[in-house]
Amino acid sequence: MKSEVKARPASRGRRLGAFVFLSPGVTYLIVLMLVPLALVLSNTVFQRGRFGGVVYEFTTENFERLIDPLYLGVVGVSLKLATLTTLIALLIGYPTAYLIAQLPPKWKTVALVAIVLPFWTNFIIRVYAWIILLSGPGVINSLLGTDLELLYKQGTIVTGLLYSYLPLMVLPLYSAIERLDPQLREASANLGASAFTTFRKVTLPLTVPGVMTGCLFVFVPSFGNFVIPEILGGSKSIMVGNLIRDQFLKARDWPFGSALALALIAVLIVLLLVQARVTRRA
Amino acid sequence: MSRIRFTRRLPAAFTAAGLALAVAACGGESSTSSEGPAAAAADQLKPNADLSQQSLQITVWDGYTPKELPEKVKAKLKVKDMKVALHDTNEVAMTKLTAPGDSGIDVAFVSGQYAQALNAAGLLEPIHPELIPNLANLYPEATQLSYDKGNKYSVPYTWGTTGICYRKDLVKKVPDSWNDLLKPPAWADKKVTMMTTERWLALPAIKALGYSVNTDKDDEIAKVKDLLAAQKPHLLGYDDTTFGDKLTSGEAVMVEAWDGWCPTTDPKGNIGFANPKEGSDLWVDTMVIMKSSKNKEAAHALINYILDPEIHSWAAENINYKVPNKAAMERVSIPKGSLLDIKPAELLNGESIIDLGQASTKYTRLSTEITAQQ
Repeated sequence: MKSEVKARPASRGRRLGAFVFLSPGVTYLIVLMLVPLALVLSNTVFQRGRFGGVVYEFTTENFERLIDPLYLGVVGVSLKLATLTTLIALLIGYPTAYLIAQLPPKWKTVALVAIVLPFWTNFIIRVYAWIILLSGPGVINSLLGTDLELLYKQGTIVTGLLYSYLPLMVLPLYSAIERLDPQLREASANLGASAFTTFRKVTLPLTVPGVMTGCLFVFVPSFGNFVIPEILGGSKSIMVGNLIRDQFLKARDWPFGSALALALIAVLIVLLLVQARVTRRA
Repeated sequence: MSRIRFTRRLPAAFTAAGLALAVAACGGESSTSSEGPAAAAADQLKPNADLSQQSLQITVWDGYTPKELPEKVKAKLKVKDMKVALHDTNEVAMTKLTAPGDSGIDVAFVSGQYAQALNAAGLLEPIHPELIPNLANLYPEATQLSYDKGNKYSVPYTWGTTGICYRKDLVKKVPDSWNDLLKPPAWADKKVTMMTTERWLALPAIKALGYSVNTDKDDEIAKVKDLLAAQKPHLLGYDDTTFGDKLTSGEAVMVEAWDGWCPTTDPKGNIGFANPKEGSDLWVDTMVIMKSSKNKEAAHALINYILDPEIHSWAAENINYKVPNKAAMERVSIPKGSLLDIKPAELLNGESIIDLGQASTKYTRLSTEITAQQ
């Protein structure tokens, strides 16, 4: 009993401390994330006004429209392009991260700065730079003396997404590979495993959390992107992000835009849960 | 399509959302028309109000008014302050103006059909002609615009039409029909762009098929869709911001363009503008006063100031847009054949795009169907 009585003030103090330290962050989350999100999501059950805006009459129509083949087709294209981007990013990112992890400390820093360097320039400017490279009279065609059509294709969108988000694959992979105990790989080699077997049975399974995190970091922004399809894809292919943007800005159909946003959030939550589960198991 | 009226009897799950929205609803769509309480409120405007107690905030496209406008307005009208917010599209302006709560905007520059939608949503202050004597400078045609006859809630700032902007040195035939754009010849294959804003995306096909730009008939929209779908493989892309650059660089040889955006003033003189024989639209960019404005006298004074010929002619002289102001256009030296050399009566042959209300979602769907097509 005595110990309980003594413990209570300490526990209260801890709780108070936690409250004080957490309150700015929690307030930030509530005011700037949860409330706007709740407002957006609450729109999903109402109707578009005749001239835009929201009419507060209940409807399930916005959810019914989600399974329209037209919109499912756009989701399909987004999934295809985001998955392709993620896979290529993984194929390029893993060896890159592996090589950086093997570098001497001084060169490691240089390599990591080089990876992060593009982020120091505005995203839109970096995307526009690709137009200078790929356009009809652009740098590549001028250098090659060709008239290749390099822009405004789905492949160009994947190139733009890959360029923009590859660092988000390399960094978590590097972190996972760097943390690996070198003795594990040495032990594997001593027991007669080839370099490939060591990679397959030791390195890769132990870096699965990094792989998952990197894939998620690349997939999520790629899936919802709307700037790159517009600038590099010439708006000839649209992704979910464009669809949502168009509902809010062009159609002034906030309820359906909100329903699409809700669907996107639901997909991303599922992916986060999968990632959390895989990471916990690894 | 199950629709239920939102009542208090609905499950408690919706109550929280409803509460949140109740706060938001004050800036949302209202059933108040511009004729009722708004007119009464407008009656209270004082022609001799002390403008030094009022500040102005406008929203306008970047580069659409002189940079020094706030300083000039402050000096001339003696308002306390004037701030300029920028928007890059009508849609962004609409988001700003229709979002819940007070946007803080006194005067907004939006295109005619958006002014019509804002008015229908009960968000606009009726124009008080007695506070804007310079309305007399407008061409008579500018008071007969189909979306707002008599300038009851909007005052036109610029007007023009949509056509084909082309490279004189790269086309083998000067375009004169929307079909030149819709069914590009081999020399223009994949060197053509169309606008992405939905009503203008549909415009060339609508006119080529001989329909009204404001059609909401499903069978006509279906035919428009077929025509646009067949065109897509021959397009460079959809673009309504950088088509002028694409034309200048030679990446495109023909583009759908608003006349004022067609860079015909290009120093090399290689760029021309064609009015397609099937006809086109008459677009109007307008100035509107928000009902939520707390500076309505200053807002009217600002519009009156802009309609001053010396100020209004700036748009024609600097951004190559026709202004619906007779006195202003008479001040401008217009070279023969210039885009500015079109009489208001000719311009009025174009059909004004009006807001179609709920039917406008048909155009959103059409635009999604075309751009999503593989």
